[in-house]
Formats: sequence, structure tokens, C-alpha cells
Amino acid sequence: MLYFIGLGLYDEKDISVKGLEALKSSDEVYAEFYTAGLFGTSILKFEELLGREVKILTREEVEEEIIPLKEAINQDISFLIAGDPLIATTHTDMMMQAKKRGIKTQVIHSSSILSAAPGISGLQAYKFGKVTTVPFTEENYFPHSPYMAIKNNMEQDSHTLVLLDIRAHENRYMTVNQGLEYLLNVEDQRKEGVITENTLAVAIARAGSPNPLVRADNIGTLMKEDFGGPLHCIIIPSKMHFMEAEYLVAMAGAPEDIIK
Amino acid sequence: MSRRDKMISKIKKLMYQPTYIRNIGIVAHIDHGKTTLSDNLLAGAGMISSDLAGDQRFLDFDEQEQARGITIDAANVSMVHSYDDDEYLINLIDTPGHVDFGGDVTRAMRAVDGAVVVVCAVEGIMPQTETVLRQALKENVRPVLFINKVDRLINELKLDSTELQNRFIKVIASANKLIKNMAPKELKDKWQVKVDDGSVAFGSAYHNWAINVPIMQESGINFNDILNYCKNEEQKELAEKVPLTDVLLGMVVEHLPSPDESQAYRVPTIWPGDLESEEGKAMINTDPDGPLAVMITDVSIDKHAGEIATGRVYGGTIEKGTEIFFVGSHGTNRIQQVGVYFGPERVNTDKVPAGNIVAITGARNAVAGETVCNVGRKIKAFEGLEHISEPVVTVAVEAKNTKDLPKLIEVLRQVGKEDPTVKVEINEETGEHLISGMGELHLEIIAYRINEKGVEIETSEPIVVYRETIAGTAGPVEGKSPNKHNKFYIEIEPLEDEIFQAIHDGEIKEGRVKGKEMAAKMIELGLGKDQARKIWNVYRRSLFVNMTRGIQYLDEIKELLMEGFESALDDGPIAREKVVGVKIKLMDAKIHEDAVHRGPAQVLPAIRKAVYGSLMLAEPTLLEPIQKVFINVPQDYMGSSTREIQNRRGQIVNMSQEGDMATVESKVPVAEMFGFAGDIRSAAEGRCLWSTENAGFERLPRELQKIIIREIRDRKGLSPEPYGPDHYIG
Repeated sequence: MLYFIGLGLYDEKDISVKGLEALKSSDEVYAEFYTAGLFGTSILKFEELLGREVKILTREEVEEEIIPLKEAINQDISFLIAGDPLIATTHTDMMMQAKKRGIKTQVIHSSSILSAAPGISGLQAYKFGKVTTVPFTEENYFPHSPYMAIKNNMEQDSHTLVLLDIRAHENRYMTVNQGLEYLLNVEDQRKEGVITENTLAVAIARAGSPNPLVRADNIGTLMKEDFGGPLHCIIIPSKMHFMEAEYLVAMAGAPEDIIK
Repeated sequence: MSRRDKMISKIKKLMYQPTYIRNIGIVAHIDHGKTTLSDNLLAGAGMISSDLAGDQRFLDFDEQEQARGITIDAANVSMVHSYDDDEYLINLIDTPGHVDFGGDVTRAMRAVDGAVVVVCAVEGIMPQTETVLRQALKENVRPVLFINKVDRLINELKLDSTELQNRFIKVIASANKLIKNMAPKELKDKWQVKVDDGSVAFGSAYHNWAINVPIMQESGINFNDILNYCKNEEQKELAEKVPLTDVLLGMVVEHLPSPDESQAYRVPTIWPGDLESEEGKAMINTDPDGPLAVMITDVSIDKHAGEIATGRVYGGTIEKGTEIFFVGSHGTNRIQQVGVYFGPERVNTDKVPAGNIVAITGARNAVAGETVCNVGRKIKAFEGLEHISEPVVTVAVEAKNTKDLPKLIEVLRQVGKEDPTVKVEINEETGEHLISGMGELHLEIIAYRINEKGVEIETSEPIVVYRETIAGTAGPVEGKSPNKHNKFYIEIEPLEDEIFQAIHDGEIKEGRVKGKEMAAKMIELGLGKDQARKIWNVYRRSLFVNMTRGIQYLDEIKELLMEGFESALDDGPIAREKVVGVKIKLMDAKIHEDAVHRGPAQVLPAIRKAVYGSLMLAEPTLLEPIQKVFINVPQDYMGSSTREIQNRRGQIVNMSQEGDMATVESKVPVAEMFGFAGDIRSAAEGRCLWSTENAGFERLPRELQKIIIREIRDRKGLSPEPYGPDHYIG
């Protein structure tokens, strides 16, 4: 049996009771933190809580060697993934491989940034369009597609959840400021007026922690602020329902003039 | 004022009068007498003592050059010559003739406007003569011809006056044929060398005389007179009547263009910028007041002054103490000194204007091929220097003493800077560094220079550089990204010969394709229209063609796909040698929606796997470098000499005979050529002249493929067998 167990958003206590039980009954426990991380805890605390060892796998060990799958052929394996295991990850391939090899699988869900971010920003989940991620710029790689996703969503009057790149092995986590700067750079090149200093954005930091931060303002103002430690994400709201606007003013310090 | 000071002040004055400047190179096949000619020209112009010239090989500064009797570095000298009551500044570059040092010739040609092509009357036009002439014409450098060693035709081969003239006609005809094929269209007729107008001279550089038809008419000396002077051993008298310097430099002044004449037609071909811009106009007009534009053609290290960069000033004026900008490396530098050449020395001056060859001291970032401008006045870079041949031999270098390790790396970098045809691969992990060069001799010299710079090294036996290619086709082959959410489908086939050749000859430039300007040329070469317009990349004589249409996000990963394609060709799947001569077509692509799941970590391995997998499916084949070998040997030794060739897997291509001498032309794998110098010397008991020319890569015989692949893989610490296609696909 191969369990895909979601770890939720913040610390070792976000795992479901069902997940914990599955994990305790497994012969081996693996985890990956390259698609997302848990910042309220460490792997040691985790091992303490479980009373057993958790082996952290690199991207190569998961994608190329597919270790959890190989190990699950004749024993019970738990594979831990931050957030909800199949959301914003590429682990569906492993599910298919497992089925092909006759390995039983079970997915044990947990909360995901995809529901948490709309939730704490007061923006209605019904009104979101495509989700997009801003990657760290690399030589030969500066995609405009996150900007284009926002533009297309705007045209449909949909909000955009913008996730920010994670480089766990380099200990780099993109901040809201870096993400907004990236989008402004694309604007500089494309000049389509989608993202400007006056565009309203919502900065979200450490969702799922005891002190999450939600801050709404125009990008020009947000760029000057510091949102603290990771993980961060951004929402670019489109046309808002009055409840959404009032919530952002009351709960996230948005300028009053967004309520028309 | 001393004579020296007078000369220097003349040079400094003439610098500002481009009409009275000639920048020339002397080019030839090895041993045809370039250096003797240059030395005697210098002596004749009063720049060095005439006792020192000729035998002394004044321009071969280097100990190695003196010892081996060949020129290794291109050497710069300047002199003043009077002609028709006017004085001219002649800037001359003597270039090496040995095939291993062809890179120096290419670079020198960018600095000059005209070339004296020296041809030995006994040997005639040799392959390396053709190569250097081609190098000159490719750079739009106008040639004149000097047929040297005429005395030997008379005294050794005993030719009479008619035979002598027939001999000349033959040499001139083959030179003109090359000029016709290679010179710029509008100039190819004008540039033909002719006996009547004096653009051909003949004589003996060693005995210091030369003559051409105009001088014959002026002096009344005819062919029979020359025959007599030579037979009676009165060449000294002949040298007084028709001195080499006067005739040769007269020919240079009369027939070779001044910088202001030549820059008008050369700049459009060597500089890709806007000719109507301020800097463009300054270069076309050789304007010393325009924006600065210098191309560095040589970098050498002087024990006292440090790095000396030699270059041609095409526009503006370079001044000492100013800040310069290197366009390629984005570096800035303050120039300590600028200088011009006086004889073989450098003389410092305050500034050097357009049309001259300058020596820059303190140009720390300079590499040959760099474009220099003033800080704050950036210009477009000059066209790169294309080297006709590429490195075929490698040695591994290690420091003898571990304490020299850091210094060795520094020295290796320096060596790479001084000679761009040397390829240096530094491996700080293993401490075993690789130097690749044009041949065994080239690498010996490089090793010697590293020792000279104070680092004792040990070198491995020379290793031949191989190439990987395919004999068949394959596809569509699927390459998956590690996360399995991106897939690329490619087809592979050998690149069409016509296109391969056109890339090799520089008709088609390598690089990532920007617009569609290449399409017409490709269609002309026989590539289908559907492909010609969709070429993304030309790299290592291979094409990467995008055959897909309308795939979302493909544009965002285009650069990554090209990077992956390039890196796959850098390190082939057979033995991690470079891949050449393939055409890869991207047929389809499946791409993940989100940018983080299709970044470099996913796309690069996916396209590399597709390329490797397809190469391994399409009859992977190893190529080895081949050299043409020319041997000139007395009849009696012909058998033993050809045996040397045949023992080395060589093929005799042609044999001819003249008098007692036989000429053997053959093709031999470079791998078998190590130690040839010694072997042929003993086979012919020292009585043979030989030369080589790199002749590209050919397929390794089938029976050797497996053995050599294993050898290379062992040496590189790889598994003994290459991985099959399944390793990369699925």
C-alpha cells in the first residue's frame, strides 16, 4: 500500500488523524519538501511526534528513482507531501505508475493553499480563474505566462491566485515583493497595462500559522512593505463583490476607495 | 636629433595621413621564406642592421622559433619607405606558415588591408598557400604575389629563361583562380595579380633582390640577365641594382590599398552595425575624430609591461590614460600606454588614430577578437574571427609540484587568451586540465610556454579529438521530463552535405537564429521550404528545426530547448565527444500548464534525453580527424616514404614527379601521425620536405569503432559500453 498523505500548511499538527494513523501503521515513511514546505516545524519534531524516522527525498529521488513506489511493492509506505498531496504537485504520475504495477494507493487529504488563500483573503472561491506560479528567473528562462494568466483571468472577471517559487535545496523562497517585481518586469516588456503600481493585490504570508498575514493594497505600496518569513503568495483580485471589498478593507487594511 | 628619433617622429606624423599608410601581412606556406623576406625588408628600410637579417631570423623573437627555424607568433613591425618622392608608413605583420598556427593568420588578416603572398618557386602553390590566401580573401584583404627562391630554379633545377617564365605563369594562374573564387564579387577582376602591371614580383629574399616587369623596363634588366647573375654567383650585384626592399615595398605602395581606401569596402563586411550611424560613418571614412572602434587581433604577455593587446583602429583615436570598454566581456579598463611599432620595437605615444595598428598596454580584459570602444560610447561588436580549422589533438596537463596548482590555472587561462585556437578545459576537481590544439607541434609549443612562465608541468601523450554523428535516421523519439508532465518528440537524420559544407565554409553562420534571413540561403542549398523557415539553431554543424505549430507556451521554453540541444551536442552519448552533422526536428511538444513545472530542471533533461535517445537509434558513428600529408622527396626515397604513409592507415591520393624529386600527396588519420616527423626523417635520411593540412573528419573504419569507443570511455572513466536508446527513452 502506498499512502499519499497531506501535511497541510504549517506545522506537524496539520496532518489529519487519518493520516497520522496510516503513517504509524506504515513500514517506511518518506517525505518530499521541494514542491512546498512546512515552516512551523522541523523534521525532528515530526519524528518525535511519530516516534519514527522520516526519510526526506530529493526531486531526483522522487522523479527519477521513484523510491516510494519501488519500496511499496511489498510493504506499506507513507509518502508525505506538504499541503494537499495532489494539488499543485506532479505526483499524479506516481499514482498512475502504482496502478500499472498493481500497488494499492490511498490519498489522505489535508488543507491546501488553494483553499486557504481565497479563504483568509475573503475572496470567494467561486470567482477564481487559473492558478499560476511565478518562477525564479534563470538564464534562458523568464516566462511571461504568469502575467498572461492574470490578464486572461481579468478579462473573465476572475481573481488570480499567484503562487511563488520554492527552491528548498537552496533555501530560497520567493517573497511577495520578488513576485510583484517579476510581474512588473513583464509589464515593462509587454506594456499591456495588466500589472501596474496602482493595481490592487493581496499579499498572504504564513497561511495556516497562528499569525497569518493578509495585506491588501496597491502594488506600489506593497512593494515597500516587509511581510516576514515564508511561505508567501499573492492574489490579484479582479472585479469584486461588495462583501469581498469590505472584507479586504476591514481585515487586510485595503484603501477605503475600493468600496464603490 | 638621432636617426632613430627622426624615424620615430616620421612614423608619428605619417600615422595621421591614412593615404600614406599600408597595413600589410606576409603570408605563405611553411618554409617559403616569409620571415627571411620580412627581416630583409626591415634591414633594407634601415630598421635593423643588414648583418642581422636573413640568417638571423630577426622576427622570430622566441627561443623556440629560433631553435625550430619556423615562425610561431605573428610579429608586428613598422617601417618608413620612400616611393616617388613621398614617404609611406608600412605596418607589417609576419605570420606563421605551419598549419598548426593558422589561427594567428586569421587574426592578423583582420588587422591589415593587403597581403604579400610569398610562394616558393620550386614548390609552387602549396595547400597552406591556398589556405592563407583564402584566409586573406575571406577578410577582404587584397593580395600581391612574390615568387621567391628563383635562384634555386636557375642554379639547382637549371631551368632556362622560357621554362622559368612558364613556371611563373603556372603559379600566377593558380593564384588568380583562387582570387576569382574567393574575392568580393565587385573586386575579383580588379584584384587579379598581373605580371604586366607589377602586382607580381619574383626574386630571392635570401639574396635580397626582387624584380617585376615595370622595374625590368626601367632598369633594362631582362630574364637572361637574371639567369646570368645567378649562374655567375653575382647575386650581390643584382641586389644592388634591384634591391628587394625597393621593389617589394614599391609593389606594396602601388598595388595594396591604404586604410582609407580599404575601410570603405571592408567595414560593411566585418562590422554588422548601422553604417549610417556616427560610428559607422567614422569607420567607413577612417575618421580619427569619430567614436572609437578598435578590434583586438592579438594578445601577448610582456615580461615587463604585462598584457599587450595589438589591434586595428578602425574609427576614432585611442588615447593613453583614457577608459576603454570591452563590448564582448562588458569590462572596462584604463589604458596605461598606447604605442606603435618602430622596427620590431614598441614605441609609446599619446594617441593612435584610425587606420593604424596599435599596441595597448594595460588592457587586462583583452582577448583576441574583442571590440574596444570608449566608455559611454558603446558600439556594436565586430564580426567574430572565424578560424578555418578546429582543434584535433588534446593533451592532459598536470602541475609537477602541487604548490603550482593555482598558478597553473592562471597560466592556462593566459595561454587561452594569447592563442584563441587553443582550447583550455580547466578541471579544478581532478587537477587534470586539457589543452586542445591544431596539432602535435602546436601543443608542444604551448607546453613549452607554460614551462617558460614558471610552472613545471607534465603532459600526457597526445590524444586525438573525435566527433560523433549518425549514419541512419530515427524518430519520432519521445523525451520525457523528470516529472513526466512534459514530453518532446523529435526526429533525427544526417544533415545534408551541402548544408554541412556551407556551415563549415562560413557561408552559413552558426548561432541561434533570430529572424528568417537564413531561409533563402537554406532553400538554395536544397532544404525544403517547410524546414528552412523554421530553423531555430545552427550549432556544431547541426540544425535544430521546429516543425510544430501553435503549441501554447512553447515560445517560453524555446531558449531552454536550444540550451538542451546545444549541451547534448557538446557531450555526445557514444563517448562524450562532440556531435556534428545531424538535423534534429522537433515534431511535437506536450507542456505543463504551470511555469514552475516546466522550468529548466524539467525541460533540459527532457530534450537532452530525446536527443541522446534518437542519436543512439540512428546508427551512431564515430569520426576521426584526417590530415593531408604532402611529401617532397628524392626519387630514391620514395618507396620508403610512401611506406611510412601506408603503415599509418594512410591513402596515397596523388603522386607526381619533377626532375629527381617526387611529390606524394596522401591522407592519414591524425591518430597515426604522432611521431611522424622523426620517422619520415629517418626513412628519407633527412632528405625530404613535408607538410600537412587538416582535412576534416572521416568515419572511423568499422573494425576500429568498438575498440576506440571503449578506449575513450575508459580514459574518461565512463562505463565501457555506451548506453542504449532505452536508457534515454521511456
